Amino acid sequence: MAPKTRTDPQGDKRPSPTARPRVDANRPVAEQRPENNARTTVFELEDLSVYYGSFRAIRNVDMRVCEKQITAFIGPSGCGKTTLLRCFNRMNDLVDIARVEGKVLYHGVDLYDSEVNPVEVRRRIGMVFQKPNPFPKSIYDNIAFGPKVAGTKGNMDEIVERSLRRAALWDEVKDRLKASAMGLSGGQQQRLCIARALAVDPEVILMDEPCSALDPIATGRIEDLMEEIKAEYTIIIVTHNMQQAARVSDRCAFFTAEVNETSDTRTGILVELDQTEKMFSNPSDERTENYVTGRFG
Amino acid sequence: MAMTTPPLTAAPELVRQRLQGKKVDTAGLVFRGLLVVALVTTMAVLVVLLVDVIAGGWSVLSTRPVDFLTGKLGSVAARSGIAQGLRGTFFIGVFVVVLAFPLGVGAAIYLEEYAPRSRFARFVDVNIRNLAGVPSVVYGLLGFAIFVKALRFLTGPGSANGATVISAGLTLAILVLPIVIITAAEAIRAVPDSLREAGFGVGATRWEVVRSHVLPYASPGILTGTVLSLARALGEAAPLILVGATTGFLSEGAGYSLASLQERFTAMPMVIYTWAGRPQPGFQNNTAAAIVVLLTVVLLANAVAILLRNRYEKRR
Repeated sequence: MAPKTRTDPQGDKRPSPTARPRVDANRPVAEQRPENNARTTVFELEDLSVYYGSFRAIRNVDMRVCEKQITAFIGPSGCGKTTLLRCFNRMNDLVDIARVEGKVLYHGVDLYDSEVNPVEVRRRIGMVFQKPNPFPKSIYDNIAFGPKVAGTKGNMDEIVERSLRRAALWDEVKDRLKASAMGLSGGQQQRLCIARALAVDPEVILMDEPCSALDPIATGRIEDLMEEIKAEYTIIIVTHNMQQAARVSDRCAFFTAEVNETSDTRTGILVELDQTEKMFSNPSDERTENYVTGRFG
Repeated sequence: MAMTTPPLTAAPELVRQRLQGKKVDTAGLVFRGLLVVALVTTMAVLVVLLVDVIAGGWSVLSTRPVDFLTGKLGSVAARSGIAQGLRGTFFIGVFVVVLAFPLGVGAAIYLEEYAPRSRFARFVDVNIRNLAGVPSVVYGLLGFAIFVKALRFLTGPGSANGATVISAGLTLAILVLPIVIITAAEAIRAVPDSLREAGFGVGATRWEVVRSHVLPYASPGILTGTVLSLARALGEAAPLILVGATTGFLSEGAGYSLASLQERFTAMPMVIYTWAGRPQPGFQNNTAAAIVVLLTVVLLANAVAILLRNRYEKRR
């Protein structure tokens, strides 16, 4: 039987407009569609749970993330989206009490294997944070830091220019590369953070609500930027903004929180992961439908 | 063209009356008054002290400033100087800067950045705070037992019998070590986590994050704390008494050679203590002048700290 929280088995009992082919209960439905099988799988989560001390923040997540697509994580606050995102580049290691169970397979290699060096992981899997967090240094130094610690050979000026161009920031800052990054506007700072992530040439970029601190115009620019760079990068974005998920993502994962009976805590679960259009028009799970239509959360 | 304005619902007079209604905030005024009293009292005490010492020392500092700064301790007030005291205070400062600063800042970095948040780490933290509250005379006893007695072969094997500026410097370095650790740890704790995450996020190691981001960000706070602790070390007298700073006459020169470190010594707080006990009025004036000099040294150290902090903060 389908364990715990994948595509809810309840979904199969509802009258379906089209006769759905029989699916393997151990796999989310979306992954058995041909268009996803054509793409290379970058990440595969196997029965992943994250604990903070004895508190379980998210449990039993199984999912696949495909390359050169934007995968969005949506769901109400406190359902573990950010916690889960931070498993993809071992950022949770920085929290002393965080503990991960299950597997995060990156091209088949478990990132939580004891042989794996988290520093190497983060060079390949970059991250953009909720609040723009440029280093309190010059714009140039912000970009150059990553390549420098990675020991990248090559002309640093070129790397800086290329990264800033890719993040659509070059024209705005090319005359003041030595100026402090703190003098940029919030939207520019966030694009600088994206440029900084791109500078080390990662394969994956994790974005944790990258637009929640920005105004709509700055948000639009970041979304355009994501659209442009997804040809080269695999992007996972956590967002509270459903419209944003609908606009930018190719696939979308809906999480929700279940209240634990014994304690007054909430544990996140993955409800459904599917093509974005389907998630917003005809989701398989009732909870997803309630959420995307605004009846819940 | 005539505009059709909606009629005012309330008469402006009524609104004005309500807005101007007076409510006397008695408690607020009393509180504010008490705060001003606290501030004025503090400032008054400070001003009285400063005026008193400057008035007392002015006759000395204005008539023979160079002679006073370069002269040795002596029995004639008009010919006594503080060169030997300045020398001792200088070396104590060097010991604190060379020993307490790196050790204290290093310990703080370890506690804040590397040590796991365990019960043991909290225990260590609490105990460092307790150490900072231990009276300085207790550190003097510790210095006497360890540096003057047990380590005599290092600190002063000759006639000084361990009662040397090495012992004093080591003792005062230990005295301020907890203060250095606490202030540095607080400065490091004030570094936002988002900055660390930014560094780790692009694939930096712990060391690279600490060196390139945490320490530069925390350095103004660390500097302020360390220089304040230096000022504290330069002003301490009690440990010097126990470590055996000379109170009477000191025949040794005011040399700054390494060998002179193992000779008998004195320092500014001891000079002040000694002279303050002399009955002759000339020594009273000398005392006041010495206090002015010591205060100036301490204020200079603080000024340097503020300048450095402002420079680093501008670079942010």
